[in-house]
Amino acid sequence: MTSHTIPHADDFRAGRELSLDHRKLGMWLFLASEVMFFGGLVGTFLHYKATLPTPEAALLDTVLVGLNTFVLITSSLMVVLGLDAIQRGRRRGLITFLGLTALLGAIFLGGQVFEFISLAGHGVTLQSSVFGSSFYTLTGFHGLHVLIGVIWALVTLMKAARGTYTAQEHAGVEAFGLYWHFVDVVWIVLFTIIYLI
Amino acid sequence: MTTATPALSPRRYFGWSTDHKVIGVQYLVTSFFFFLVGGAMAGMIRTQLLAPDSTLVSAEAFNRLSTNHGSVMLFLWILPVLAGLGNYLVPLQIGARDMAFPRLNALSFWLLVPAGLLMLASFFVGAAEAGWTAYVPLSISGPDGQTLWALSVILLGTSSMMGSINFVTTIFTMRAEGLTFWRLPLFSWSMLATSILVLTATPVLTAGLALIAMDRLVGTLFFSVPAGGDPILWQNLFWFYSHPAVYIMVLPAMGAISEIFPVFARKPVFGYRMIAVSSLAISLLGLTVWAHHMFTSGMDPRLRVPYMISTMIIAVPTGVKIFSWLATIWGGKIRLDTPMLFALGFISMFLIGGITGVFLAAIPVDLHVHDTYFVVAHLHFVLFGGSVSGAYAALYYWYPKITGRRFDERLGKVHFAANFIGTNLAYLPMFLAGLLGMPRRVVNYDPRFTELNQLASLGAFLLAVSVLPLLYNMIVSWVNGPKAGDNPWRARTLEWQGSSPPPVHNFDQPPVVTEGPYDYGEAEARSMMPSPAAAGD
Ligand SMILES: [Cu+2]
Repeated sequence: MTSHTIPHADDFRAGRELSLDHRKLGMWLFLASEVMFFGGLVGTFLHYKATLPTPEAALLDTVLVGLNTFVLITSSLMVVLGLDAIQRGRRRGLITFLGLTALLGAIFLGGQVFEFISLAGHGVTLQSSVFGSSFYTLTGFHGLHVLIGVIWALVTLMKAARGTYTAQEHAGVEAFGLYWHFVDVVWIVLFTIIYLI
Repeated sequence: MTTATPALSPRRYFGWSTDHKVIGVQYLVTSFFFFLVGGAMAGMIRTQLLAPDSTLVSAEAFNRLSTNHGSVMLFLWILPVLAGLGNYLVPLQIGARDMAFPRLNALSFWLLVPAGLLMLASFFVGAAEAGWTAYVPLSISGPDGQTLWALSVILLGTSSMMGSINFVTTIFTMRAEGLTFWRLPLFSWSMLATSILVLTATPVLTAGLALIAMDRLVGTLFFSVPAGGDPILWQNLFWFYSHPAVYIMVLPAMGAISEIFPVFARKPVFGYRMIAVSSLAISLLGLTVWAHHMFTSGMDPRLRVPYMISTMIIAVPTGVKIFSWLATIWGGKIRLDTPMLFALGFISMFLIGGITGVFLAAIPVDLHVHDTYFVVAHLHFVLFGGSVSGAYAALYYWYPKITGRRFDERLGKVHFAANFIGTNLAYLPMFLAGLLGMPRRVVNYDPRFTELNQLASLGAFLLAVSVLPLLYNMIVSWVNGPKAGDNPWRARTLEWQGSSPPPVHNFDQPPVVTEGPYDYGEAEARSMMPSPAAAGD
């Protein structure tokens, strides 16, 4: 063998009948597995909620957490507006809305920390009861996802400031958006099963 | 861009690489190392069981050995060896340059290494001893190694999920022009079905393991019985993954032998679409049966019946595959080369494992033989007679592809014979011991089971010896074997249409596929990229 024209990876993508962006599909698959992960934790919480007495549930501050839920839903709206901005080629709009997303995410986390501290003041901790264990684990794993989302929003913001995204090429923003909406939807489910029912 | 074909140095296998072919070989070699480790543990177990009152190992050591034998074999041998085959083959079978996320691919492999070492290192702090099933509360109170075990399995699950995201994305977005789903090779179909199952089932085990790890590390009370924790909950989380895990471990092997039968019978595959779709059916049905492991665990007796029925229904898509394979080789010009022998071995032994699975699904039978050696025999026929035979068949079949060399056919047949006799000798007596009432996971046993156990140990030792011709053949043939040519089996799937071993960039041009891959023996059948070896076939 002497020499070859080595094809570029993109040559292999040409001519496919299915024009799925691999980054977006990868993100969807990751989120599908996340659904199952939270499904395991939610199942655990519900199982114990159904079989054990949970006097601590009366201590939950539904109003505060309801406000926090509103904050998180608003942050999802910011992502939508940011994506809309870059699709029209408006980079400044994207940067502003990503900043607001991160800010609202941080406020949500602050609210969660406040809630944890006040519950701990009433003696509800990870080690106090099965309810404490499953409450903190479920909301804590979600909070961890929000934290990762805030960091991701800031990274995306910095990339946007460096001009990485354009009206045509912004799959990175879309991937972040998918993740953020997912975290938001999970919270709505958690809010419903922990605080409302 | 024009460059000379880069020289392929063997050193590339020893470091970080994003080439799916290198990662594939890294998976294969690493998993084989862990296979030998898990095999050594089995050897100690079977030596202990040669006599009913043997004191070779303590009861504690026996529990640690059997726990880690199972965990190593499942998580560090069968899963990664199949992942390795998938890595090497899927991009070549679908005409892609590499996997969709090459760096993620490398990361999946490099998670496997520390996770495996973590599991082995647990022996220094008191290894896990609660069984590979890690039933609570036993796994909450065990030695520190139990924590390392849980963390190791979390890492291995993560690696497996990352690999699966890669496989599904690759198969959906990177197929060559003209390679529709109904032209997709059956091995790639099976990797697709497996990956979907991994993404659905594995995260639930991860969640359960996280709860165990937290109970042990930060004092949560999920499985603390005095606080109201429920041991059955763990069994549900565990089996929601670990029943489908059987299909995760057997579907790729089924995919591999689906490739082998048409090639060695020189006939079109029978029921191509049925074989492809039955993989998906097994995946979906496999998610609905997990509680058949809990018939004796105090579950609501009314719930047993639906789980029995769903379990038995899985025999239908499995039977579809087996009859399709038989119809494929029926009346063909069969060549009994080593890959074909292992593929036939797969059918015969997996059949025993599968049928006894249907027995076990029947509630009254299960209540009788639960936790006996009957179950041990069943699962080893499925996983060793099935998955491992399939992996061997695949290793021999694609060996010339990976190395460009021919292996020694005689040694291959010796390996097959030793493996086939050894498997049946090791596991058939266990069915009898189980039916006669011998419980599993015991260090000593009633003397009336002595002969059966000695037969099983003899079979196990034969299996240990059978690895030697395999190892020798694989290593020596790679260095000294005769050149194989590009397509020694005259196969028609895309991975065989280029040079063997493949160039770094896989294909000189993006291939174009114009027909299905299994039209063997039909006059008008053309390959998509004819190679000299395939001409006149
Ligand atoms: Cu099962």
